[in-house]
Amino acid sequence: MNLHDKVFISFQNNDEARPIIDAIIADNPGAIVSEMPAMIKIDVPKRLVVKRETIEQNIGRAFDLQSIHINLISLSGNIDESEDEFVLAWGKRG
Amino acid sequence: MSVEIKTASIEPVRLTFDHLEARIGKGKAATRYQEAVHDLQVTQNFHYRPTWDPEFDLFDKRRSAIVLGDFDQLLDPRQYYYAPYTIQRARQQEAQDGNFGIVEKRNLFSALSPEWLTNIETLIIPLRHFEWGANTNNCYIAATGYGAPFTSTALMQAMDRLGVAQYLTRLALVLQHQDPQCLDRAKALWLDDPLWQPLRQLVEDAMVTKDWFELHVLQNFLLDGAIYPFAYTQFDQAITTHGGIAYALTTEFMRDWYTESVRWTDSTIRVAANESQENKATIQTWIARWEPRVRAAVTPLAVAAFASQATGVLDSIFTDLAARRVKLGLMV
Amino acid sequence: MADRKLGLKEKYQLMTRGLDWETTYQPMDKVFPFDKYEGIKIKDWSKWEDPFRLTMDAYWKYQSEKERKLYAILDSFSQNNGQLNISDARYMTAIKLWAQGITPLEYYAHRGFCHVGRHFRGAGARVACQMQALDELRHAQTQMHAFSHYNKYFSGLHQAIHMRDRAWYLSIPKSFFEDALTSGPFEFVTSISFAFEYVLTNLLFMPFVSGAAYNGDMATTTFGFSAQSDESRHMTLGLEVVKFVLEQHEDNVPIMQRYIDKWFWRGYRLLALVGTMMDYMLPKKVMSWAEAWGIYWEENGFALFNDLSRYGIRLPKYHEIATKEKLHITHQAWNVFYTACPATGFHAWLPQPYEMDWLSEKYGETFDRFYRPRYELFGEMEKAGKRFYTNRLPFVCQTCQVPDFFTEVDNPMKQAVRHHEWRGMKFNFCSDGCKDIFVNEPEKFCQSYIPPQQIYQGNAGGARTLQEYAAWLHCPMGSDAGDYYSSDDYKNWLKWHGGRDTSPTTAAA
Repeated sequence: MNLHDKVFISFQNNDEARPIIDAIIADNPGAIVSEMPAMIKIDVPKRLVVKRETIEQNIGRAFDLQSIHINLISLSGNIDESEDEFVLAWGKRG
Repeated sequence: MSVEIKTASIEPVRLTFDHLEARIGKGKAATRYQEAVHDLQVTQNFHYRPTWDPEFDLFDKRRSAIVLGDFDQLLDPRQYYYAPYTIQRARQQEAQDGNFGIVEKRNLFSALSPEWLTNIETLIIPLRHFEWGANTNNCYIAATGYGAPFTSTALMQAMDRLGVAQYLTRLALVLQHQDPQCLDRAKALWLDDPLWQPLRQLVEDAMVTKDWFELHVLQNFLLDGAIYPFAYTQFDQAITTHGGIAYALTTEFMRDWYTESVRWTDSTIRVAANESQENKATIQTWIARWEPRVRAAVTPLAVAAFASQATGVLDSIFTDLAARRVKLGLMV
Repeated sequence: MADRKLGLKEKYQLMTRGLDWETTYQPMDKVFPFDKYEGIKIKDWSKWEDPFRLTMDAYWKYQSEKERKLYAILDSFSQNNGQLNISDARYMTAIKLWAQGITPLEYYAHRGFCHVGRHFRGAGARVACQMQALDELRHAQTQMHAFSHYNKYFSGLHQAIHMRDRAWYLSIPKSFFEDALTSGPFEFVTSISFAFEYVLTNLLFMPFVSGAAYNGDMATTTFGFSAQSDESRHMTLGLEVVKFVLEQHEDNVPIMQRYIDKWFWRGYRLLALVGTMMDYMLPKKVMSWAEAWGIYWEENGFALFNDLSRYGIRLPKYHEIATKEKLHITHQAWNVFYTACPATGFHAWLPQPYEMDWLSEKYGETFDRFYRPRYELFGEMEKAGKRFYTNRLPFVCQTCQVPDFFTEVDNPMKQAVRHHEWRGMKFNFCSDGCKDIFVNEPEKFCQSYIPPQQIYQGNAGGARTLQEYAAWLHCPMGSDAGDYYSSDDYKNWLKWHGGRDTSPTTAAA
């Protein structure tokens, strides 16, 4: 893995974040998960996507993607946010 | 790790921070509000003068003509720090969101006559920009003012105004079935329609007012004291008698918010005025300078909304404002 | 007529953009007087991409949820005497440093973002800055509330506000933020949102706060992670500002590169304090400073600059020196804290045997060759009843204000000192990085409030000795200052734990 093209996202390690973390692992095949006390960090080469639909499948009900903020700790990369996807990637803005 | 100890052996060593003990006395625990605001702002030993304002220190009492022995007296009677502030606003936004839902689902604006629909579009929606001005001005107060109790509340006031501007945007979109052009039309009125120019000019003059306490009096006491009763009380009463319950529902936040924010505005002006005759005279001079222009700016809106009854409405608004002023000990 | 459905982007655009207007009764340059003098050229503010699309109602909704959770934990923490569950009372030194040195920065950040939230011309940028201003107020306030309970049981917190504007070591963070706030608005956001938050604060909020959790401090863990969730919005703002400015005009590139060079170096110097918290003040260890630097700078930071190279931005000047120094600075800083703790608001100690071994494991030969022997010597002096305290006032760097403990990067036995003459006055620096910053802005940095000089001039209550200086800071020896093992904190800790010293005997649980 090239160390210099990764993007990452990290969440508090709690029950609310679990379906989000599971969705990220399912939707990002190259994901590397590291656990530290009370937190989880996920690194992915180049582009990381969080999909509303996958989270909704995990929890069996509607999910507002903006509510990932509540348990989010940190991230890197440019953000592109819509109702359906939250994407982190390097590259030009927009 | 579990800890087994007798509770009697873990008496606290002290009850609060030294800087709060100096304010509230020994042997007392401070409230979370006191902990959240007092003495947060640095007052001395500054390293560098601002490159954007080298005449002054970074935080400097001399940026206002108001003189106070302790600027931390400018407290918020609502005792808002971040948590109760956001929790209160979250409750209000949930109710407001519900109201918008009902209005949209039941298409409640369909009960309104075209004349009053037009009134909302031409006399209320352009207030989005008035709110943006109020956001700008309160953000200036938060940046430039002295003492965390006052400036922290001013920022909340600024954010509230952004919230109101966004509720007005939402109202416009509901009214026009999500057609964004209604916002362009309202902006064109704000920019060019003679009806709105006295208000826009006043708002722009406020934006270059340097004394932050003067700006507080101008924006939060005078301008709001005229615009809110006009748009959310008088206009609301008139439209409700014409089947405009939807207007009442979609502007509920503004009414509740104004009733609440007046407590802060009045209380801070009272504290400043009561400190000295000089402060009182300064504030009276400001009111005397700006109040006629505020009345002149609201007059065309009132005339357009209330026609022959406009003078009565304006008198009632400015009588109420004068009564508030007298209660604060300010004669003009 | 069927209502059109608006997407998140479009809706946000309508809710925020278009609220502002070109003023005509007052000239725009009078309404926005501060966003041109830095020489940054903005052709089109509408090209600003809002990094997060939060309307105020959504902001209130999510932030209030965070606050409800946070205060529920703080309440239960104090109701259950959670302070007794930390790994060891030595840990409190980290919390004291946080309260004295970091919480005031949250407040500065709040005011700084109010300033740029008022003075940028573009509505999108202003709204993002205003939300950040409110978030930073949140951080200052939640930290006061989290520390309030600790203050009832431990020293070093009750006088934090008094020390904030006076103490020599707190001049490091204070001068950092006052430098940022007194700069132009573009430099301010580049310094705080980009260099400090995007590039550097992950080092504080991720490994250190995770370490707080490991050491049983649920109060700090909770506010720390909760604050960092706001921080991820702020970091994104930082990246957006930099890219937006770089895309607006090619003349902006050298200005932004100078800001990035300056603020990387200033931030890195400030973080020496954080590195010391990680390596020395967490009785149970999570990650060393050197490891954290490797992950968050050498991996994640490089990825960021890799991406910025398309705009003609290179890695910050002297970054390779920072990376070489990662094996030294925390040990050098702790050495000063150990010897100078009588003039501080916290306690210091010698690392215990298990910690010496952990430091050897993490820092290898660097630690064993240069720093272990020093600690062993101090240990022998302690055994002989001659605990070593310094009694000299340090010279501090005119730019970063850190005392003279850094060494030459290729010779850890040689103290690094740089000099510069300006208008007949001689100024001292800790490094080329700090000297460069002064040389670029001598009019600004000649103004620095330098605590040791103030003491000599009688401006520290007339103090002539370190003891008198400590008294002026409201830090008497034993209760607030001095060695941990002769402190009230240690005595109380033993009393509350039935006479038992709870200090871990291994770095891991």
